[in-house]
Amino acid sequence: MNLLKVSGSPHVHTDESIKSIMYGVIYAMVPAMLISIYFFGLDAVRVLLISVIACVMIEFLIEKYILKSAVTITDGSGIVTGVLLAFNVPSNLPWWILVIGAIVSIGIAKMSFGGLGKNIFNPALVGRVFMLISFPVQMTSWPIPKPLFAERITDAITGPTPLAIMKEGLSAGKTVSQMMPEIPNYVENLMTGFQGGSMGEVSAFALILGALYMFYRKIITWQIPLSYIGGAVLFSGILWLINPDKFVDPLFHLVTGGMMLGVFYMATDMVSSPMSAKGQILFGAGAGILTILIRVFGAYPEGVSFAILIMNAFVPLIDRGFKPVRFGEVVKS
Amino acid sequence: MLKTFKLGGVHPAENKLTENKAIEVLPIPKVAYIPFSQHLGAPARALVQKGDAVKTGQLIAKGEAFISANIHSSVSGKVLKVDDVLDASGYKRPAVVIQVEGDEWAEGINRSGEIIREISLGQKEIIQKINEMGVVGLGGATFPSHVKLMVPEGKRADVLIINGVECEPFLTADHRLMLEKGEELIVGVRILMIALGVKKAIIGIENNKPDAISNMKKITGNQEGIDVQALKVKYPQGAEKQLIKALINREVPSGKLPIEVGAVVHNAGTAYAVYEAVQKNKPLVERVVTITGKSVKNPGNFLVRIGTPIAELVEAAGGLPEDTGKVIGGGPMMGKALNSLDVPIIKGTSGILMLPVEESGRNTVLHCIRCSRCVSVCPMGLEPYLLEKLVMFEDFERTEKERVMDCIECGSCHYTCPANRPLLDYIRLGKNKVGAIIRTRSKK
Repeated sequence: MNLLKVSGSPHVHTDESIKSIMYGVIYAMVPAMLISIYFFGLDAVRVLLISVIACVMIEFLIEKYILKSAVTITDGSGIVTGVLLAFNVPSNLPWWILVIGAIVSIGIAKMSFGGLGKNIFNPALVGRVFMLISFPVQMTSWPIPKPLFAERITDAITGPTPLAIMKEGLSAGKTVSQMMPEIPNYVENLMTGFQGGSMGEVSAFALILGALYMFYRKIITWQIPLSYIGGAVLFSGILWLINPDKFVDPLFHLVTGGMMLGVFYMATDMVSSPMSAKGQILFGAGAGILTILIRVFGAYPEGVSFAILIMNAFVPLIDRGFKPVRFGEVVKS
Repeated sequence: MLKTFKLGGVHPAENKLTENKAIEVLPIPKVAYIPFSQHLGAPARALVQKGDAVKTGQLIAKGEAFISANIHSSVSGKVLKVDDVLDASGYKRPAVVIQVEGDEWAEGINRSGEIIREISLGQKEIIQKINEMGVVGLGGATFPSHVKLMVPEGKRADVLIINGVECEPFLTADHRLMLEKGEELIVGVRILMIALGVKKAIIGIENNKPDAISNMKKITGNQEGIDVQALKVKYPQGAEKQLIKALINREVPSGKLPIEVGAVVHNAGTAYAVYEAVQKNKPLVERVVTITGKSVKNPGNFLVRIGTPIAELVEAAGGLPEDTGKVIGGGPMMGKALNSLDVPIIKGTSGILMLPVEESGRNTVLHCIRCSRCVSVCPMGLEPYLLEKLVMFEDFERTEKERVMDCIECGSCHYTCPANRPLLDYIRLGKNKVGAIIRTRSKK
């Protein structure tokens, strides 16, 4: 007879693990990867590969040679950061900028805090913002999407994003309705991804598809995405109702820029978001309002990254102040 | 939609392998080991010594403290010794060891199968009888039943809740009782209602036992005041506070007992034991135990004399499977891992579960990724990840403030953690430390 093992209860465990969760996120990002390859071709493949390999390698090197600790690259979290980083850049970004972005993401934002689970800020967003501030030209020259097997519509190679077109027009004193014709078929094209932008954020449709999978797998819950969308729609809706000439409608905000990517894949990052449901709702709503605030009144046309990073910084405070509903706290008769 | 509790909960694989196995009577052991402490509270005081002859059902140890319970001999024979023996806690504790000779029962115990429906005793005598017969909560916590029936001054019970949930995976002892001994069980429920002075009882049964639900409904069909309520399957619905919430939507305040909201909860198995005690004058000397496990040859439900070594029950189920790595007293979520098969079955043993080696160990512990699953599954609305950290850093002041004492040790947090963190281990340690701090404080 074997010696009997003795341990505290429980004696059974769910099949879910960090690895299964991380790979679940990776599977959820496949539709958006395919769409980016469809619109941006081999460039998208190149950016994805460089980003993922750089992120995983940097994590490996730091763990092996600096921390001299167990190597944890098989848990999939480095791949998730790599894909998200690639999603956040234009597909024509020079490889060396991407590598610098990966070093900042993994090296500074993740490993220097102690690795997976310890980072305060979303690593991919830190890398993205670092690149945006350090290389503003390369980070904002967006290739015009050219669907596979299709003829290029214009001669131009790069062009601005819908958000940038709108922002420039509005600050030049034009009205929303004057600007709209410059963004043709905006709902259809923006939903499918036929717009200038970072390679993973262009197709709201593909991102929502992946998000549905994550809801199904219970990798993400409704609190953060819904409150994020709610905050953004409410705030931009109020502005729009006040003056529809000066402020663009909420739907435009939802389907342009990094909104869908941020709402479902960035803000929901477990490590850098609050623990209680109440805290998560506050976090999401805050990020939604900040996003619109930056887009409408800030210097940058896009505000998702900054909004989420700012809310990340509040998480420890939110966790202290917003506790779960305790059983037996409020006695109902 | 089926009723259930709102906050938290998990759904581990049910694995009710023995739900269709009728209760079999396990042969009487050759030697019985009967511990003096089979219940929550003070151990009972021994009334016999080495060499004494005892009969089945004879009182051999008396529960004298307010929270304690009588212990009766479950066999007839000769007392070999009164000594420390290994029990389920893993420690040696005082017990009576009896060499079995035949099966001669003490006088006045009605052992016939006839169902006595007429209840002749009044409230006080019933409680007295339940106390005398050593009945304790058979769900696992083994709280002396008569104490639960004595409603404290100034409080009032208005509903009796019978726990037929059996939310632990694998276990089917209560399920079989509700099927095979339903008539008796319902008489037990009526007795408990009289003892409490309530007009209403609700029997809560999870929806994975449709046959038990319909059997209970059939039997209670023409009786006043007893409702049978099907519940959605969700662990830990069998926990007292969660069951009360699920059935009558009342929330027992933090640190208080169910009586605070007018409810008293008794287990279905306990109701049957109450029937036998009050109607048949039969002490609690045997109980139904589920013996199970995926590799077990002949898993089943057995009526077992208290004090029977687990090894004999394992033999009856076809022997210890080759691949066994862990033997658990109780279910897989809250049961205790045993370090020996010589440990006796006691009043609180609802099942014996044998897990294969590959399911016996724990997975590698990784860093918390703050996924917040432990928070969302906690039925008490606690933050297990935070409690773990606070206990690690020995910040017991804040551990107490974060309500560690509310933890019911259901294990949902540990079960669900994708990083395999031993959350409940730390929380137990925290409860222990904070409990000690509270006790010293109240002494001052």
